[in-house]
Amino acid sequence: MDQLAQQLVNGLAWGSIYALIALGYTMVYGVLRLINFAHGDVYMVGAMSAFYLAHALGFAAAPSLPGFVIVMALSMVVCALLGALIERAAYRPLRRQPRWAMLTTAIGVSMLLEFGGQAVFGADPKFFPQLIESAPAFRIAGAVVTNIDLLIFTVSLLLMLGLRWFVYRTRAGMALRAVSVNVDAAALMGINVDTIIAMTFMIGSALAAAAGAMVGLRNPKIEPLMGLMPGIKAFVAAVLGGIGNFPGAVAGGLLMGVSETLVAAYISSTYRDAVAFVILIAVLLVRPTGLFGSVTVEKV
Amino acid sequence: MSGLAFMVRRNAPLALVLVGLGLLGVGLDRWLNAYYLQIVVLIGINIILAVSLNLINGITGQFSLGHAGFLAIGAYVSAATTRFAGLSSEAALPVALLAGGGAAAVAGLAVGIPTLRLRGDYLAIATLGFGEIIRVVILNTEAVGGARGMGGIPILAGFGSVYACAALCLVMIWRLVYSPRGTAFFAIREDEVAAAAMGIDTTRYKILAFTVGAFWAGLAGGLLAHFIGYLHTNSFTFLRSVEIVVMVVLGGLGSLTGCALAAAILTILPELLRFGAEYRMVIYSLLLIAIMLTRPSGLMGGREISWRSWSSTPAR
Repeated sequence: MDQLAQQLVNGLAWGSIYALIALGYTMVYGVLRLINFAHGDVYMVGAMSAFYLAHALGFAAAPSLPGFVIVMALSMVVCALLGALIERAAYRPLRRQPRWAMLTTAIGVSMLLEFGGQAVFGADPKFFPQLIESAPAFRIAGAVVTNIDLLIFTVSLLLMLGLRWFVYRTRAGMALRAVSVNVDAAALMGINVDTIIAMTFMIGSALAAAAGAMVGLRNPKIEPLMGLMPGIKAFVAAVLGGIGNFPGAVAGGLLMGVSETLVAAYISSTYRDAVAFVILIAVLLVRPTGLFGSVTVEKV
Repeated sequence: MSGLAFMVRRNAPLALVLVGLGLLGVGLDRWLNAYYLQIVVLIGINIILAVSLNLINGITGQFSLGHAGFLAIGAYVSAATTRFAGLSSEAALPVALLAGGGAAAVAGLAVGIPTLRLRGDYLAIATLGFGEIIRVVILNTEAVGGARGMGGIPILAGFGSVYACAALCLVMIWRLVYSPRGTAFFAIREDEVAAAAMGIDTTRYKILAFTVGAFWAGLAGGLLAHFIGYLHTNSFTFLRSVEIVVMVVLGGLGSLTGCALAAAILTILPELLRFGAEYRMVIYSLLLIAIMLTRPSGLMGGREISWRSWSSTPAR
């Protein structure tokens, strides 16, 4: 029983990370109908830039919570700029072209970040500095929740609430929703579509960077290919929840994290990577547009 | 002209090409430097993969990201056929290839039927999922080596067999899609609802595309297994599927000859870039992005390279 509760805590922590990455996928998919393959690698860059920032600013030597928050915020800024750059250079020129052209450049950007990362950061794993010393925060149902888990839950929740506030309560958020409904109609209403799309990439990339920095605390081994599997799984999570749907991405991410941890703990860790897809296919067979996806009627 | 005479005349050039490739292969396998031979043979295998995926993705418009799964099934089944039956003569190769292709075709059927309800990106991600599940299942199957990989596969394939299969694959899929009935595949890609309204059995054609595409991917897997002699699930990850998709998109969705050309270019490119050492793949990805930015419809667009002039090739 204690072990089950502990696995649930671990699963929810991973699930929060997946959810933050999945939100970026879902946002970009909403405005561009693009599977942004490079998103998982932006998460890697988030972890890497947090690593270098922590060393450069001296927080690696003097761990503290404010230090971590500063490092995370700065690495979110770095990734937001990277996201805007990727959108501007690789996706915007292809917006009026066949969809698969953009998909292929997305794959190209993903490879560029991975192999570029190997060339710049080195292919060997790096060890993320312990910016916060891990200590049990409290116990619940026999499971230990560490302060790092608590931090992951809190930060993820705050970022999600912030995103929700932004999307539903601000003018820019309204413009973002308008663009996801219909790009051309949004442009006719005077919305600057280019700015909104760039902004979407910046926000999505910043969320991925936050996830990357927090993963560094929990799993200190970071390397240039670390974004590959979490990237795919977060995308699966977004599809599972119904792509384009924000609560769906969060629910999908949590479900993915929990089920994966449970399978690794109770069945076999080699099946860990397959379980995500088994759940996905099972859900899609029953609900072809994901758990919360709306069924779009095809107009003839 | 009688039916038989027509058949003979229509297929005579193909038969000549196959015999020619076979003879050329006997020479090349012996005298070509092993490094070059490997690149040339891998090009041939990639051509089969790209052309067969193009049938599913480019021509029928069902975006599949799971081709590596079919490749893996074909590779392992055909390798198991020769290894466990103790067959090591060249004559066993066709049997092994058909076993691999057949197994992959069955898998294609099994994947195709349930996923047909899904559209666009949902289909893409579900096929990706199937590909990964296939890989993880093989990884956990001790009988075929599991995580250690499968060695000791007799080396039976070479230039001749690979290119004969590539030629057969190209001709078969070409004749399938550029026949009067083959127009149905393009119709489904352009507008599924309209195609159904015109009386096309869309389910049947989609399953046909999936099954034929999977068959050739499996056969390519058999060739790969019997050329390299060793298999490991790491060669069949999601990235392998992505590689094949890139060949199709780069060649031009729907252009069979275009994706064959792209398969050749993308196989040679990393070798040509060896001078770049650790920046090799960085240059490769930059080139990929640059090509897509300058030629968004792929190298060939929807056109084919054929004996007729460029513009009068099958207009789709």
